Amino acid sequence: MYSKGFKPLAVATVLSVLAAFALVFFYAPNDADQGFIQKIFYVHVPMAIVALCGFVAGGIMAIKHLRTGDRSWDMRSYVAIHLSIILGTAVLVTGAIWAKASWGHWWVWDEPVLVSFLIVFLLYCVYYPLRFSIEDPERQARYSSVFAIAAGAFVPINFTAVRLAESVTHPRVLSQTGGSLPGDMRLTFLVSILAMTLLFVTLWKLELTSKHASMQLKRLRTRLELRAEA
Amino acid sequence: MPALPLDEAGKYVAGAYLVFLTLIFIYVAIIGAKIARIEREVSELLELEEQASERPTEVAAHDT
Repeated sequence: MYSKGFKPLAVATVLSVLAAFALVFFYAPNDADQGFIQKIFYVHVPMAIVALCGFVAGGIMAIKHLRTGDRSWDMRSYVAIHLSIILGTAVLVTGAIWAKASWGHWWVWDEPVLVSFLIVFLLYCVYYPLRFSIEDPERQARYSSVFAIAAGAFVPINFTAVRLAESVTHPRVLSQTGGSLPGDMRLTFLVSILAMTLLFVTLWKLELTSKHASMQLKRLRTRLELRAEA
Repeated sequence: MPALPLDEAGKYVAGAYLVFLTLIFIYVAIIGAKIARIEREVSELLELEEQASERPTEVAAHDT
């Protein structure tokens, strides 16, 4: 069901990740201001963008679930949020490493971009206890979907608010003027975003395939046990 | 702050990329372990099913 087209997708992901790494380390020049440390940008920012898009996608899938009543949409939403939280963790850690190297501090509390991302991340950390504290599968799926929609709507609102806020130290990457990246850096950045997106979709499909197989197996086991009892 | 020298910056860059790769590796390893468990359970079920389908013929042969 979910494994359709998985192999070419996995191959495309590996190739694009390798291409992104090659561009980062052998093609993109060192930043005039930050030097070699700016290479963290090509992993940190794409991860943040894909994680935030994953949260929004989780909300859209949750809407699909509530509209159709099809529980597979809830599972899709759950896996998208789960993966986004993993990427979010990596965003926070890589961001802290970059902050330490650039600003001399692991974390800056008066910077809206950092704090807003942390708020979004912590908001989604609530998703797990909420989801797994409900035993009834129907209610679990419904409540989780409501949470995913509300939190998913919060992400773009939060993003817009941060855009409007005055930056203290953190640079704005996606500006209305198209950013100030030179051509070779921009190409590397776009390939990195493509690689991260493909990686997200591949891992999403992989986890969904595993979860689907596990559920089918459970059903098969129950059926066989019932047959054996009869 | 002025740009860090390459040997100093290299450690931070390597650290950031290692964090990313390690997380992806752990994630794939966990999913891989889950898939291996599913495979094992499938073969167990297959064995059970084969035993269950053999039993009625054994009983029938015993009765005759």
